[in-house]
Amino acid sequence: MKALGAGVAGAMLPLGADASDAPGAASGCGMLVDTTECIGCRKCEFACARANDLSHAPLESYEDTSVFDTRRRMTAGAYTVVNRYPDAANPEKPTFVKVNCMHCLKPACASACIVGALHRQENGMVTYDAGKCLGCRYCMIACPFQVPAYEYDNALTPVVSKCSFCFDRVTSENKPPACAEMCPPNALMFGERNKLLQLAHEKIATNPDRYVPHVYGETEVGGTAWLYLAGRPFADLDLRAFSGKPVPELTETIQHNVFKFGLPPVLLYGLLCTAMKTFGDGKQEGPPE
Amino acid sequence: MSRHASESHESCAPVKHPFFTPGVFVLLCLMGVGFVAALYRLAFGLRAATSLSDPYPWGIWIAIDVASGVALAAGGFTTAALAHVFHRREYEALVRPALLTAMLGYTFVVLGLILDLGRYYNIWHPMLPWMWQGNSVLFEVAMCVMAYLNVLYLEFAPIVCERFMGRVNLPGPLAALNGVAETVLRVADAILGRTMFLLIAAGIMLSCMHQSSLGALLLIAPYKMNPVWYTPILPLLFLLSAISVGFPMVAVESLWSSWAFKRRPETKLLGLLVRYTVVLLGVYWIAKVCDLVIREAYGAIFADPGTTIAFGIEFLIGGLIPLAMLVSARVRRTPRLLFVACASAVIGVAINRVNVFLVAYSPLYADKPYFPSLVEIAVTVGLMAGLVFVYRTIVLIFPVLPAHEPTNSPSRVAEELIAQSGERGRCVLS
Repeated sequence: MKALGAGVAGAMLPLGADASDAPGAASGCGMLVDTTECIGCRKCEFACARANDLSHAPLESYEDTSVFDTRRRMTAGAYTVVNRYPDAANPEKPTFVKVNCMHCLKPACASACIVGALHRQENGMVTYDAGKCLGCRYCMIACPFQVPAYEYDNALTPVVSKCSFCFDRVTSENKPPACAEMCPPNALMFGERNKLLQLAHEKIATNPDRYVPHVYGETEVGGTAWLYLAGRPFADLDLRAFSGKPVPELTETIQHNVFKFGLPPVLLYGLLCTAMKTFGDGKQEGPPE
Repeated sequence: MSRHASESHESCAPVKHPFFTPGVFVLLCLMGVGFVAALYRLAFGLRAATSLSDPYPWGIWIAIDVASGVALAAGGFTTAALAHVFHRREYEALVRPALLTAMLGYTFVVLGLILDLGRYYNIWHPMLPWMWQGNSVLFEVAMCVMAYLNVLYLEFAPIVCERFMGRVNLPGPLAALNGVAETVLRVADAILGRTMFLLIAAGIMLSCMHQSSLGALLLIAPYKMNPVWYTPILPLLFLLSAISVGFPMVAVESLWSSWAFKRRPETKLLGLLVRYTVVLLGVYWIAKVCDLVIREAYGAIFADPGTTIAFGIEFLIGGLIPLAMLVSARVRRTPRLLFVACASAVIGVAINRVNVFLVAYSPLYADKPYFPSLVEIAVTVGLMAGLVFVYRTIVLIFPVLPAHEPTNSPSRVAEELIAQSGERGRCVLS
């Protein structure tokens, strides 16, 4: 069982630009996080900061485990953080969970974004274009995982800060995301989402004692590119229960029905004009000449 | 009808009143503090100036300056609809002040929004076709607000033409252009006069669209919203409450300005106007209560004390007090009571917007609740003071308010109304 995991984990699962570029090809890329493998070394945090030119301390300082005493969230300077969840049943072996943008298949942030600064790329990565952004922060309201952070300290050119799945690294340099490349025990596995999903279910089937029988992210909010395996209930790990309904479904349904072909507003406008011209006494109305 | 309408318009005139009064100095002080606070935000950024955080990305600048501001500017389109679509021309005297309030209201909404935006200099981006994002509710709100602001300025333009036509007198060497300016004004006035009904209809349509969409904004956060306020019909409730608050807002502003300028209040006309409010506000609250019952969300009102208090205040101030007061004919006849009832309805809708945008919004991971900073409060108060100040300045310069105060005996308008009430239905909505 272990051999299977280690064997596949060692290599990056076949992704390749050709696979993800093909139209309708699968669900794009994904990442499988096996929290039962994570040792909490925080090297992914370091790799992420280095790859994204975020200010960071030297690698050694990431060995400091005191940061685990408080539960952390992503900030404007950190796209990903690892948290420790003590296990009452097994005090020696707490669970470590890396969190960052989940890269939803139907991202609420991109649906909310007024100018399309947040956008789901064809390969499934949700990216951010600061050049378009107005800084309205509606994406932060929309995100069900509360991922985007804002650079409130920056008075002139603040940005929305979140994991880009290393979009540029993956597409132009053909490298895996920095965190996955750095991860020593291969708790992070980068590849095609469909294949990772298959692998995750194989892992659960072959090792039912090790995992809870659910892949977090398979169905949540309509599916996410990041998938989690865990040996404990996900709710205990701050991975909350969500329905399978995509978050932006309601607003998009309302928007698209109320404005179907622009018809309702046009009808209302016609009705108003008619009412103003006909139902009076037929004379010129409106503020005077 | 239109003869009466144009008569009442011709009888609009700039208010004759000293510019400086003690109240104006208070306004100027509040504006000054707000201006300094706004500069502080621009210089040092949102972290230094506000209590905003990653869990709470929106604060009072969105909930009060933008959301409540838009709702309370609804007097413009509701009054225009009453006078021009439903042809109740007897209310013509209220159209211009309501239009001015809407125009200034939306202008100050944009000013508040600019301060809230992290990259305010990109505020024009939604106009660029390659950035259009049809899925975004906010995109629709932005486009409607922008279009409506232009419509409002165009609707106000004839008032500016009226003020200067025939008396253009440019200073110094510019006097050579007097004739040209005069022609421009006449042409503009003629074009606007003929097309005004198109603009008024556009204003009403745009208002219906974005007033409701403002309520759809938070429907994208189902997991963060309190079920008392989170409902799929939130857009409808926002539209109904905006329509219901339009006339009370007109009444508040009319009574306030008559007291400020020591004029006789238009009590009769306003008393007749707010009869509609009883119906409109009633419809809104019936829809709201039915929604709570159908969704079985009423239990959530009592889930925690904060929610109970927030909803209780909203119901009391926004529903019970104004409805109970406005059904009474004595209240509708008495300026002070009428003011209290209408102000209550106005504040009630503002409380609803704050409840939806701030109280009902509970992020998943928050270490401390949001409470506005002093800078945020100073800016919001400063913007309100600025709005009142500019309104006051404009009615002193332009013909917005009726030239003749209503007389003590039954006014001309009221006489007309009484004469008509026999032949026409009492209430256009019944």
